[in-house]
Amino acid sequence: MKENQKTYWKGIEQLTNEPSFVKNAEKEFPEYLPINENGEGNSNRRDFLKLMGFGIAAASLAACEAPVRKAIPYLNKPVDVDPSVPNYYASTYVNGGDAVSIVVKTREGRPIKIEGNKFSSMTLGGTNAQVEASVLSLYDKERLTGPMKSGASTDWATLDKEVTAKLNAIAEQGGQIAIVSNTVVSPTTKKAVGEFIAKYPTAQHITYDAVSAYGIAEANRLSFGEAMVPSYDFSKAKTIVSVAADFLGTWISPIEFTKQYSKTRKINAKHREMSRHYQFESNLSLTGANADYRTGIRPSQAGSVVTAIYNGIAAKAGQSKVSGGNAADVAHLSAAINELWANRGASLLVAGSNDPAIQVLVNGINAMLENYGTTINANAPVHFRQGNDQAMSTMVKDLNAGKVKAVIFFNCNPLYDSAEAQALAAGLAKATLKVSTSDRMDETSKAVDYIAPDHHYLEQWNDAELRSGHYSLTQPTIAPLFDTRQAPESFLQWAGITVEYYQYLQENWKSNFFTKQSDTSNFQMFWDKSLFDGVFETGGNTNTYTYDYAAAASAGTLIAQNYKTSGEGLELALYQKLSIGTGAQANNPWLQETSDAVTKATWDNYLTVSQAQAAEWGIQMIEGNTETVTLTVGNSSVVVPVLVQPGQAAGTVGLALGYGRTSAGRVGNEVGVNAYPFITKLNGANVYDVFAGVSVAKTGQAYRIAQTQTHQTYMNRSNVIQESVLSEYKKDTKAGREYPQIYKDGEFVKPSKISLWKGHDYNNHHWGLAIDMNSCTGCSACTVACQAENNIPVVGKEEVLNRREMAWIRIDRYYSSDAPVDDQKALEKASENPEVTFQPMMCQHCNNAPCETVCPVAATTHSSEGLNQMTYNRCIGTRYCANNCPYKVRRFNWFKYHDNTQFDKNLSMNNDLGKMVLNPDVTVRARGVMEKCTMCVQRIQSGKLAAKREDRRPVDGEINTACASACPADAIVFGDMNDPNSRITAMLQLQEEKDEKGRIEKVVNEDRAYHVLEEINVNPNVWYFTKIRNKEKQTTEA
Amino acid sequence: MQVTSSVRKPLITGGKTVHDVTEDICRQVEGKPSKSWLLAFGAAATAFVIGFVAVAYTLWEGIGMWGLNKTVGWAWDITNFVWWVGIGHAGTLISAVLLLFRQKWRMAINRAAEAMTIFAVICAAMFPVLHMGRPWLGAYWALPLPNTFGSLWVNFNSPLLWDVFAISTYFSVSLVFWYLGLVPDFATIRDRATGIRKTIYGALSLGWDGAARTWGRYESVSLILAGLATPLVLSVHTIVSFDFATSVIPGWHTTIFPPYFVAGAIFSGFAMVLTLMLVTRKVFKLEDYITIEHIELMNIVIIVTGSIVGIAYITEFFISWYSGVPAEQYAFFNRMQGPYWWAYWSMMTCNVISPQLFWSKKIRTNIAATFIISIVVNIGMWFERFVIIVTSLHRDYLPSSWAMFYPTLTDMGIYLFTFGLFFTAFLLFAKFFPVINMAEVKSIVKSSSEKKAA
Repeated sequence: MKENQKTYWKGIEQLTNEPSFVKNAEKEFPEYLPINENGEGNSNRRDFLKLMGFGIAAASLAACEAPVRKAIPYLNKPVDVDPSVPNYYASTYVNGGDAVSIVVKTREGRPIKIEGNKFSSMTLGGTNAQVEASVLSLYDKERLTGPMKSGASTDWATLDKEVTAKLNAIAEQGGQIAIVSNTVVSPTTKKAVGEFIAKYPTAQHITYDAVSAYGIAEANRLSFGEAMVPSYDFSKAKTIVSVAADFLGTWISPIEFTKQYSKTRKINAKHREMSRHYQFESNLSLTGANADYRTGIRPSQAGSVVTAIYNGIAAKAGQSKVSGGNAADVAHLSAAINELWANRGASLLVAGSNDPAIQVLVNGINAMLENYGTTINANAPVHFRQGNDQAMSTMVKDLNAGKVKAVIFFNCNPLYDSAEAQALAAGLAKATLKVSTSDRMDETSKAVDYIAPDHHYLEQWNDAELRSGHYSLTQPTIAPLFDTRQAPESFLQWAGITVEYYQYLQENWKSNFFTKQSDTSNFQMFWDKSLFDGVFETGGNTNTYTYDYAAAASAGTLIAQNYKTSGEGLELALYQKLSIGTGAQANNPWLQETSDAVTKATWDNYLTVSQAQAAEWGIQMIEGNTETVTLTVGNSSVVVPVLVQPGQAAGTVGLALGYGRTSAGRVGNEVGVNAYPFITKLNGANVYDVFAGVSVAKTGQAYRIAQTQTHQTYMNRSNVIQESVLSEYKKDTKAGREYPQIYKDGEFVKPSKISLWKGHDYNNHHWGLAIDMNSCTGCSACTVACQAENNIPVVGKEEVLNRREMAWIRIDRYYSSDAPVDDQKALEKASENPEVTFQPMMCQHCNNAPCETVCPVAATTHSSEGLNQMTYNRCIGTRYCANNCPYKVRRFNWFKYHDNTQFDKNLSMNNDLGKMVLNPDVTVRARGVMEKCTMCVQRIQSGKLAAKREDRRPVDGEINTACASACPADAIVFGDMNDPNSRITAMLQLQEEKDEKGRIEKVVNEDRAYHVLEEINVNPNVWYFTKIRNKEKQTTEA
Repeated sequence: MQVTSSVRKPLITGGKTVHDVTEDICRQVEGKPSKSWLLAFGAAATAFVIGFVAVAYTLWEGIGMWGLNKTVGWAWDITNFVWWVGIGHAGTLISAVLLLFRQKWRMAINRAAEAMTIFAVICAAMFPVLHMGRPWLGAYWALPLPNTFGSLWVNFNSPLLWDVFAISTYFSVSLVFWYLGLVPDFATIRDRATGIRKTIYGALSLGWDGAARTWGRYESVSLILAGLATPLVLSVHTIVSFDFATSVIPGWHTTIFPPYFVAGAIFSGFAMVLTLMLVTRKVFKLEDYITIEHIELMNIVIIVTGSIVGIAYITEFFISWYSGVPAEQYAFFNRMQGPYWWAYWSMMTCNVISPQLFWSKKIRTNIAATFIISIVVNIGMWFERFVIIVTSLHRDYLPSSWAMFYPTLTDMGIYLFTFGLFFTAFLLFAKFFPVINMAEVKSIVKSSSEKKAA
């Protein structure tokens, strides 16, 4: 290129080469800069002040620099992802053997909330605490971020190469390969495992369950010739008898059972019938708390109780009795037998025991009662518990004998949660290849060579067969967060089959399930519909099962041998809490902080001890202050705090499984004690009761259990709990109601007739909640749902001890007391076997709200739709509103719970990954402000908006609060009281009447509906329905 | 010219002359601080600094540093607030009400009582600010200031807002009244001082010239301010009691609260004045001005207000039974027999029983007994507020929410902070300001002074 020869001058000065120009030419600023007003070099005072002023301003501005927050717009917007518009995907929650059809709400590609899938004929849109909380586990920072080899990161290629090589070597030498897993509900995963076994013929798939139902399957094999767990239908049962089965809480399929059960507990003036529920159990379970008649028995009495029921029914049915069954002293037993028989075909007996012998008799009883085909369906067995306790023991023996050379732990943690944990740990040293697919460094994956971490269920494609003929699809709602791989894909990979699991799944559906339907001949259409619905159902089996009475006779003999109740000594009953369950989700702080439905304790397990027993030991529990004891059974012993539990059967103690994790993560580690070592064996099955050899020694150490409620009884306050019994309700639908009257001007009037208030006009909507205390089981699904929906912080054990938990909706649990009604001191003590009442309590959205008047800055106000609103931005935190709230539902941000290392257990607000679960529609509250239930105002607004866009009114049910939508018992109904077609209007039988001032007033004609604390006339928008127990007489003992 | 009956006991003993008054009182201001003063000041300042750590913790970490919880949203904070406001009652009562009633015995004690009022109200005002979750906003959002947020305005229905007005009005009127009374005395000190002290006291005395017209104006303004302040004596604690009385909480929702709170406030205020004056007269050797007669008269006020408080307690208790409201009945049952029974019975003993001892002339003219009972009364009055606030809140309507309140070190630290603040301020006042109103006392030297023994 030709060089440019032209010269340009900056100005005439350069051309003329003026001295002044030459002098300044080389300087950065040749021009005069007004910094040095004096000219060269010498700064004067003014300059100094100027520079200092600038310096200070600059330094302080630099110090105030806002943190960089990246908000990157989509360059190419993904189809269907619109900022601030949520998407919903049908999927399936899977955790061990538990599987629930769900709908996942995603925002900007992040799953943030789990809802139940209403299309599922099993759970009908219900969820539970564990399902609701599982979305937080997705964003757990302690999940493994990629494959591991001997504790160090590796890549998938290396892992696959080495694992395959070792597997081949072992297979060639004829060494056994064991795949150990919990129940696998996915048929396609099972197929993949099958391909693995085909490749390595020495491989075996061993299934165990932390809490096993092997006894039921085995019993069905003995009584009907087929090992399966049948499905139950409580909704058809008029008499329900449960022998220690916590079917509303943790047994087999609790959400489904709660749905069914609650249908039998709904009553109104036209339908004055409900099921009667007898419970015989040791620990006061959630199910027992809901029973009409509950009898405390020792675990060892389960044998005689079941035998007695068998013999009682056999006598009526003309079958021969079995030996044993002396249970004459068990209260309510003969009534239960008579009612079972009277309602045969519409009754149901279930037992929680995992002893096949007991379950054989249970089957016999139900067979004699002709319940098969009505309340029990053996043709649609459920697949939640397929574990085989005997196969697991055999495998562990083989491992210790050196026969098993390779162990693959497929999404399970048997070194923690199996009955064989110790033997398994010892035997592992003899295996040459140990692989785990666990998502974290848990107790088991710490002991293996290779970890091939699986996706979280929200990241994967899969399917589930919940019961025969009932399928549910899992679809990913987010791209895998880490370098994980779906476990069945790993199995296929190791089997030498390279295929994308999605393809594999589709192929399997095409060849196996597509053919089972005739709605469409186009596979894509079938697939799309199944994916949209989330569920696909074909009919169940059509076998005929005949009960083998010979099995009953031998079972009777076994029971008579094994269950000997001496009436002396302690017996231990292990149980699961409905929040923590088996402990698989122990690192989920939402679950740890969910207060137990019955004990109201968080962040702990403890020995539940009856009041009489505690008094004998000299242990008192006041405000959570208690003592620890040493619990010893055989060689296992733990130091565990005592929780005094009314209703605990005499001579028994209870301890929850799922605690004492050592390698769950920072949240779950060292919370409580591990109860798995106390599992015993009976007739080849794991049994969760210890009949003898239980000893408890006091340590004298003080301990505090963090309870969210420390006062147990309702002090006979009829303004809080209004209850009656069915026999009374049949006579009078006002049974149990209290109508407070206030004396004014010579007459008694309703409290609402005396008011300083002008009232509110609700011209558009008038939102309200109706809560049926009869169907609420206390399961706490609503509490966790609310936590997820409304970004409620976890505060940790210390702060729960300080009584500062943040839950917006809580379940108040009250025990009855048998003290005289005027003895206020004695009323504080619960009955030895109390009646239990659950009362969900949230902001009552009072129309005459006491909180609204007292706020000095008007931060809490009433909306034109009946909501009591909280303006966080305006709140200055005087807490006057909380003091003046008669329901004590307001929650204060005592500390900064987000971005605060002191609250690092509050995972959803303290790291970038955890924060992805936050609901962007709900503010994360600052320190020093008050908060409370908003009736999910964000959902109301978006529902109204959706309707407005379509130029229509919102339809009832279209807008629903998180609590109401989670409730598996449909105990919470949300709706517009101005909508004549809404469910709430129908439930309350609302009528509009003009009062004397000409104002339109809503009159509630439903006799069961009442306001808590009606006499102070705060006039809530939340109504409670009386608790009616199906009892003959009103008593204070269950 | 007023004539004082010869039956009346002299209000000044020791045959003091007008000059003696000036000398005795200016001596403290003009002399070097005494050892006992330095010691007391050191202790007060230490308490202030230690307490400030607790304040800083609260501001830095949040209200969670206190022992409050979901059920008990106020405890020591508002207890201390009401307690200090109550103490702040005596000053205005003595200077304004007694001025209107021409009670001359107030003259020796009104200056210190008013100072005490000012400092007590400052201590009290700490709590409404500190107890807020977000004081940096609340400190001005609680005021009806014009703003750019449209219709964003304070809630005139809220008793807390009434408190803001009541306390600030009371404080400003008390401050002006107190300062006005100081002006002639500052002028006296100015006239005796030299150098920088002359300049400072000169400025403080606002050009006082002692002319008859100035005195005339002074008297009228005093009277007007006394008239303005008198309703405030009743209004401040009435409004403070509305915080509770207008609520729906059993044990709070009580119409008896306004008179009961005012009586309690005067009761505790007088007790605090006694505590302080008994020490001051001893340390500053002012026994001739604050005489046994003064102490006895104040003890009589304590008997009267203590008995009113006692009747209020019993009335409240009777009404809770008579009302037939179970929640109300339980609240009182719980006060007496619940987990905080000890607080209730401490209150009853200290407030109802201990002042009755003053029916005995021997006790009410005994300095040691008066000093002890004056402290006991203030302990009792603290428990009264604690009982009302904490035992009502901790077990209200729903038994599921019943909880206990346990104070933390921070709670105690903040209480200590206000003590530090109060005594630091009071000691500075006692050193640099004339603790007795010289001008007024001089006016009664002629009529009410004990004749010098010949």
